Amino acid sequence: MRFIDEYRDGELVKGIVGKVNELLEELGREVKIMEVCGTHTMAIARHGLRNLFRRNLDLISGPGCPVCVTPGSGFSLVFQAAETGRTVATFGDMMRVPLNGRSLSTLRGEGFDIRVVYSPYDALKMAEEEPEKEFVMAGIGFETTSPLFASVILECNRRGVRNLRLISLFRLMPPALNTLLEAGDLQIDGLILPGHVSTIIGVKPYVEIVEKHGVPAVVTGFEPVDIVESIRMILRQLVENRRMVENEYTRTVRHEGNVKAVRLMQEVFKPVDAEWRGLGKIAGSGLALREEFRLFDAVEAYGLKPVETGEPPGCLCGEVIRGSRKPVECRLYRKICRPDNPVGPCMVSSEGTCAAYYYAGIEK
Amino acid sequence: MRDKIVLEHGAGGRLMHELIGEISRSLKEPMKGVDKAVFKTPSGRIAFTADSFVMKPPVVKGCDIGMLSVNGTVNDLVTMGAKPEYLSLSLIVEEGLDKGFLMSIIESARDAARRARVKIATGDIKVVEKGGCDKIFINTSGVGRVYSGVKASTLNAKPGDAVIVTGSVGDHGAAVLAARGEFQLETDVSSDCMPLTSILETLIRKRIPFHTLIDPTRGGLATSLNEVAESSRAAIQVEEEKIPVKKEVSSLCEVLGIDFLYLGCEGRLIIFTPMEYAEETVKALRRTETGRETRLIGSVTGKSKTGEVRILTRAGGLRSLPMLHGIPLPRIC
Repeated sequence: MRFIDEYRDGELVKGIVGKVNELLEELGREVKIMEVCGTHTMAIARHGLRNLFRRNLDLISGPGCPVCVTPGSGFSLVFQAAETGRTVATFGDMMRVPLNGRSLSTLRGEGFDIRVVYSPYDALKMAEEEPEKEFVMAGIGFETTSPLFASVILECNRRGVRNLRLISLFRLMPPALNTLLEAGDLQIDGLILPGHVSTIIGVKPYVEIVEKHGVPAVVTGFEPVDIVESIRMILRQLVENRRMVENEYTRTVRHEGNVKAVRLMQEVFKPVDAEWRGLGKIAGSGLALREEFRLFDAVEAYGLKPVETGEPPGCLCGEVIRGSRKPVECRLYRKICRPDNPVGPCMVSSEGTCAAYYYAGIEK
Repeated sequence: MRDKIVLEHGAGGRLMHELIGEISRSLKEPMKGVDKAVFKTPSGRIAFTADSFVMKPPVVKGCDIGMLSVNGTVNDLVTMGAKPEYLSLSLIVEEGLDKGFLMSIIESARDAARRARVKIATGDIKVVEKGGCDKIFINTSGVGRVYSGVKASTLNAKPGDAVIVTGSVGDHGAAVLAARGEFQLETDVSSDCMPLTSILETLIRKRIPFHTLIDPTRGGLATSLNEVAESSRAAIQVEEEKIPVKKEVSSLCEVLGIDFLYLGCEGRLIIFTPMEYAEETVKALRRTETGRETRLIGSVTGKSKTGEVRILTRAGGLRSLPMLHGIPLPRIC
């Protein structure tokens, strides 16, 4: 793959890190930067970037893991679909998320039909090949994922497929960022904005938020050079007292985003208020199927009812997703909660903050 | 803690190691090397090992389950410092399997055995009703003679040892992922499945001493290094930049969000040899057909009670490289 090696170059990283550390010294105070996207969290851990910087830089992780931000009530809908005899098609990340001592993986062990797919188009293919079965897609993800599901729904409509439905648990990133900054308690000095999500929605949706809250923000790619460069850009803004959205990931992210994908998303879905794990209810932060596609709504068609579930005792996932606590502050972390025995979703998903910390061997 | 067997119990990570520990305690047999045993006989030491093979799909680019079932067991014997001699081959076949397909698997096992110069001496076949297994499962066991004077064990890695790998990592795991077809990705990744017999023969012929040999199958390089670190109570450090990985493997991993350090190999050996032999080892193995990409990737830096593995990333950060926990999951976004 082109582009990867040059963005991992150790010498280049070292050079930029040097500049970052100079800026940190110049600022002289603690600087808190949040990486919003789970893939950034993982990249920072995987490349061991955290310990390259001066101590006054605090990198905190935000609500950027789709599986993690989905509340238990959302998962309960997916469980019910399986338990009432429907075939559930889901991404692998969700298989082991625990809910009251069970998971989709244990449900499958009990004999329910749950299949891991890598694209909603796989679900469409299965639905067409097995017309006697009713298929339900677990729709989890951010703006990166929902356009793909939108195109599958349109395709079902066009081909007259009637045995494939959707549980829409999609979430939108900008309203969540707004909520986090509005709360103000985290005192975030800068935002590393998600690369994949921004590829779809572009830079524009962040501008208003950044202006409103006066926080420097940089749309960032996923290689080490991208991440350290983006941190440098944020610090530069702080030093120069600027507050704006900049784009480091210009090789992929256009200012206006992917207009076609956004249009697809808007054609099929409408924004609705939605519950986030750790953040509560956020206005206009979820997606529901529009009236003309209601027939694909699994929740309505099968009368699925969300069951409220509390967080597992001791689990800090909610606070970790908010960025107000770190995995190492959780007393379950590494002791009881491990990737092979996850207590909360942040230890399950490869993008979860706790899993990222675990795999980077962070102990304190 | 768990009352049901889950897929992760077989994934090569911590859960599997714990389960195997529990099983061997229950058998009241000290299964020291987990799936390997060495017996002393009047005519020398005999190595004995067994393995079961399930592969989904049973054919991927560069490898099928027949070839894998032979090379897997041959390579287990190699890691014990033994020259593989005889294998058993037992099949569990699902009703309805195409006979031509079954025979192609058998021929592939035969060719692999020839290449590794072992004899398939005995075997068995059972047919189960449709749904009783997935197409075909194979179990092989193998015996071989341990080369005289050789004492290779995961317990033996010592501070000052060089860590050498005989080729690019993750090829087999990536080929399996690609062949599952669920990703609809165009890729040229081919499995590295092959016998490691000639690698061991070269080490013996050149009189290169080694403390530990391990083939990074399930759980990949990261998990194997952790196994050695834990068993030998050693601290191991490797450099990401030096670890050979094929472009197409790393690209596939980038797309899926999977770390190639956890993808299995079926034709690679990790060798722990005193640092003063490192250069000679690399040189000698690069001249062999199966070890052309041999590289020194790190060293045993010291002792550690619990065993630890660290990796110096290409970006210059130093971090811990833990064992695989669970099954690597492709990311969503």
